[in-house]
Amino acid sequence: MIGGLLAQATTLPSVAPGGRSFWLPPRAEGAAAQADAVFYFIYWVSLFFFILIVALMVYFVIRYRRRVEGERPVGGAAHNTRLEITWSIIPLILVVIMFYLGFRGYMDLVNPPAGAMDIHVLAQKWSWNFTYPNGHDDPELHLPAGRDVRLVLTSNDVVHSFYVPAFRKKCDAVPGRYTYLWFREPQPGEYLALCAEYCGTGHSDMLTRVVVHDPADFEKWLAQASDPFRTRSYAEVGRLLVARKCASCHSVDGRAGVGPTFKRLYGHPVRLQDGTTVTADENYIRDSILYPARQVVAGYSPVMPTFRGQLKDREITALIEYLKELAGHPDQQEP
Amino acid sequence: MSSSASSASTTAHPPGTHLAHHFQTPAQQFEAAVQGMWLFLATEILLFGGLFCIYAVFRANNPEVFEYAHRYLSKSLGAINTVVLLCSSFTIAAGVRCAQLGRSRQSATLLGLTLLCGLVFLGIKYVEYQHKWKEGLLWGHHYRPEHEASTSLHAPPEAGTADTPTTASPLADPDAPLATAPAPTPTDPDAPSATFAPPALAPPGLRGATAPLPELTGAQRVHNVQTFFGVYFLLTGLHALHVLVGLGLIVWVALRTLGGAFSPLYFTPVAMVALYWHLVDLIWIYLFPLLYLIH
Amino acid sequence: MTTINPALPADQPPAASVPLNYLTERRGWLSWLVTIDHKRIGVMYLVSILTAFLLGGIFAILVRTELLGPSKTIVTADTYNQFFTLHGAIMIFLVIIPSIPAALGNFVLPIMLGAKDLAFPRLNLLSYYLYVLGAVLAVVSIVMGSVDTGWTFYPPYAIDPTHARFGGVIPVLLGVFVLGFSSIFTGLNFIVTIHKLRPPGMGWFRLPLFLWSLYATSIIQVLATPVLGVTVLLLILERALRFGIFHPGLGGDPLLYQHFFWFYSHPAVYIMILPAMGVISELISVFSRKHIFGYHFIAFSSIAIAVFGFFVWGHHMFVSGQSPLVTVLFSLLTYSVSIPSAVKVFNWLATLRGGSISLKTPMLYALGFIFMFGIGGLTGLFLGALATDVHLHDTYFVVAHFHYVMMGGALIALLGGLHYWWPKITGRMYSETWGRLAFVLIFVGFNVTFFPQFIMGSHGMPRRYFNYPPEFASLHQLSTLGSYVMGIGFVLVAGYLLHALFRGRIAPANPWGGATLEWQCASPPPTENFATPPVAGDPYDFSDLEYDPAVGGYVVRTSGAAGANT
Repeated sequence: MIGGLLAQATTLPSVAPGGRSFWLPPRAEGAAAQADAVFYFIYWVSLFFFILIVALMVYFVIRYRRRVEGERPVGGAAHNTRLEITWSIIPLILVVIMFYLGFRGYMDLVNPPAGAMDIHVLAQKWSWNFTYPNGHDDPELHLPAGRDVRLVLTSNDVVHSFYVPAFRKKCDAVPGRYTYLWFREPQPGEYLALCAEYCGTGHSDMLTRVVVHDPADFEKWLAQASDPFRTRSYAEVGRLLVARKCASCHSVDGRAGVGPTFKRLYGHPVRLQDGTTVTADENYIRDSILYPARQVVAGYSPVMPTFRGQLKDREITALIEYLKELAGHPDQQEP
Repeated sequence: MSSSASSASTTAHPPGTHLAHHFQTPAQQFEAAVQGMWLFLATEILLFGGLFCIYAVFRANNPEVFEYAHRYLSKSLGAINTVVLLCSSFTIAAGVRCAQLGRSRQSATLLGLTLLCGLVFLGIKYVEYQHKWKEGLLWGHHYRPEHEASTSLHAPPEAGTADTPTTASPLADPDAPLATAPAPTPTDPDAPSATFAPPALAPPGLRGATAPLPELTGAQRVHNVQTFFGVYFLLTGLHALHVLVGLGLIVWVALRTLGGAFSPLYFTPVAMVALYWHLVDLIWIYLFPLLYLIH
Repeated sequence: MTTINPALPADQPPAASVPLNYLTERRGWLSWLVTIDHKRIGVMYLVSILTAFLLGGIFAILVRTELLGPSKTIVTADTYNQFFTLHGAIMIFLVIIPSIPAALGNFVLPIMLGAKDLAFPRLNLLSYYLYVLGAVLAVVSIVMGSVDTGWTFYPPYAIDPTHARFGGVIPVLLGVFVLGFSSIFTGLNFIVTIHKLRPPGMGWFRLPLFLWSLYATSIIQVLATPVLGVTVLLLILERALRFGIFHPGLGGDPLLYQHFFWFYSHPAVYIMILPAMGVISELISVFSRKHIFGYHFIAFSSIAIAVFGFFVWGHHMFVSGQSPLVTVLFSLLTYSVSIPSAVKVFNWLATLRGGSISLKTPMLYALGFIFMFGIGGLTGLFLGALATDVHLHDTYFVVAHFHYVMMGGALIALLGGLHYWWPKITGRMYSETWGRLAFVLIFVGFNVTFFPQFIMGSHGMPRRYFNYPPEFASLHQLSTLGSYVMGIGFVLVAGYLLHALFRGRIAPANPWGGATLEWQCASPPPTENFATPPVAGDPYDFSDLEYDPAVGGYVVRTSGAAGANT
């Protein structure tokens, strides 16, 4: 009977294939339809009771309105035990059904199948990092269509939450522990992923894409992304890294941001918070990336997270090369 | 006070009963005070309850930490404190009884004895705290033990890098996945807490991170010992604060007793302060075995 | 039935010498500052709470104005984050939690009970001063700045020492701690008063439902608030001394904080709504001139909500990483709380049936409550179901849900109660026309503000967002427009109520025909409320009351049985 209710809810015109309806965005994941069905079951039950309550209220107010101040009301019994029990039991049954439907969907959510591909998700203020099975790190989540994927989430600093509305899924990323989320057979397309646990200044900028490829394309993408150096110069790789990892706080065109701009940084003097001035050479840049609290630029807050363990040495070199380019430096390295 | 006292109640206000205008009888007023005091004690129980809950969670998740770290506490000092507080509960109860019987001088003496016991308790606590401070047995970052606990639990591990698994705790984790990353250097202990190594694979639940703390060397055998001291200072510190407040209250009622404020008709403040003091004692009765007598 | 106190000439024309009442009996600032009269304390609370509401409301308007555009509109992200944090903290701790108990309850409870004062009048004054201290600390924190943690103060963000090292986070946490004690002492006072100061004949089941609701609220206040106290204390120690209870880098656990915080903060929402429901029970019955339907069920449902409310806090943490077992348990328990609330709504509707319904301003607020609490409560069902909560958690759907229950519910009930007891408190009537107009603006404005937020939320718009995807812009703009309309409505309320204070028609003792005891004494009451304890009867039996046009209010029918118990 529950299954029948669900089936009915799913075939209602408001829950069309593709999933877009007045209330919900399009859906693109195998278990999302069930979540939507629960949503609409609760919705129709709620709408029914709400209309009933408001209609009765309006009807009574009009029918029994006071015509003369002080008039006696028609009156009625002050209680009716059988009625009161009835209207306690019926809602109870309905909410237990709601609980059960929600519970079933949830049980599915917390039991990823055995063969799912694992991707590690690292959240930090204010970007995401996804580590693929081959060890490649990427700021975007790329997935092969039609294959179950399990995310293993954690955070580097504060509590974040990874939310993909199109999949109807979210899970908190908590520092000091791992949490899990899985997707069943995501459908091809591009979807928005957001941070859904307040984490400070850049909370609403902590967006990324979920790109679901056809399976063959996914392998191709992964191969190419894993070794950007194969087809690019150091400076080009550096430019990509900056765009993905640094741009939320550092501009490349001179605009002020959470952190200093990279334009004309390399080789130029930098004034620090303690009053000293240093030159932004290779060591300074490397130290800023790995130990950002040591030398904070004057006028800025010490909020930069470290990238220790996230950037390989080669990538740091690539970043430095790109910064040289931004400063117009003559002797840049070649790979 | 309200100016309506004269027109208020038609019931007689026996002199010396301190009957307020909104109560009908002194008995009603006393019962109200008792009920109010018990409700207040309930809130205190819940306040400490939160801390006991934290104790339970941390101990359940890291039993080895509690077993190891409690050896730093002196059982004998704790036992003396327990006896002292028990005695003080007796003396204050006797003091209430004397107040009820109108024996002001005895009541004041007993209150004074209670005060003395309380001061002894605080004195011993001061000795214990001072010892902890000197030995570096504090919470969080401030935990830098001068000496190891009296009985070592395990063979000392090799002094090593971050990726050497310690042989200590049975719950020690295998190599962290990013063990090759350089550990944060000890020179910046106040580095932004924004970063620390991602945790090794740990079972889900309320276990904290088991990544080694930056400023501790390989000689540390049990991880996260500082959590015990955090819990210890929270519990005993809040309790000591309540003892201090209680002593202030005892001084207040003792002075009022000496001033002749109480009689068999009215001794409510003494009774209320005694109730509070009994709770303070009761909380310590729980604290003592939980902190000092861990097996 | 109940006896009128013959010594009080409640319905003399204003030209005669004004009888002394609690407002006029003693004069001067000092007499107010050291008063132990529950009525004066209630009035002071009312003024303070409405002032705090103004402050929280300004922050709300600033938040909504910033959200007119998908990116920066008027302020930076850091400032915006402070706006919503302070809006939430002020509204919850300084307005909604104290509002009905402290402002209306303090005034009404003893009189409605038939007592001369609360059990502990000086403790009551202390409660008020603690409230003021908490408010001062909140203002200090605003001045010091950098309170951008969200009103929930989740660690590690709230304890991160690199950000806002000497900002206002610790002052506001201290303020919350102090306000907690204000709340505890008020609850303690109410419980002992209801137990010990009932007059002869006032058994438990003769208590008006407003008192039942205050009693249930007080139980929650006494049992839950200490946990908030210890939680903020721990957070302060964590931030100031790096204690290591919640920070993973020091062996602590951020989820432990969430459990502690919500263990209080969920029962807290029942502190907010139970007194509101109590007010509504009074309003529906009086303005239908009909005995409340299902008195016993409503009384028990208040206690049931108070009890069940302690077992559901984990529904704020379904996606936090807590174990699936407790997640499922909390979902099931969460639904248990919905049933007593539904029962109340049905009982109110049954009360309306066959009544003589008057659409005076207080009744409009009561009917508005049924509408808006209906939406708020029903949308809670979506959030209690696990499969849907995973999608809706931390989106605008949640924001809309709690505004419908807290604002469309509790605040609307506060306004209804304020308009209902206004004649008793001030001795004046306000303009019905302006009252109804302001209600319409508030009602329409509220729904235009918050209903679009359900749609935004279910489409994936997260909360606490400074920038947002442009597709949500038109819904945000609609919401902001609604907030301005609602704001105008509140300004109107302030306007005509202030006008009524000075120029309103003198109020009779019983303008609405209420049968509870507070309508038996003059408007405003004398300081000692009753010279002799009144005799309690059925608080919803209106049969003895008839309308007297000469007075403009209701009086006990003089033909027929006099004075004695019925």
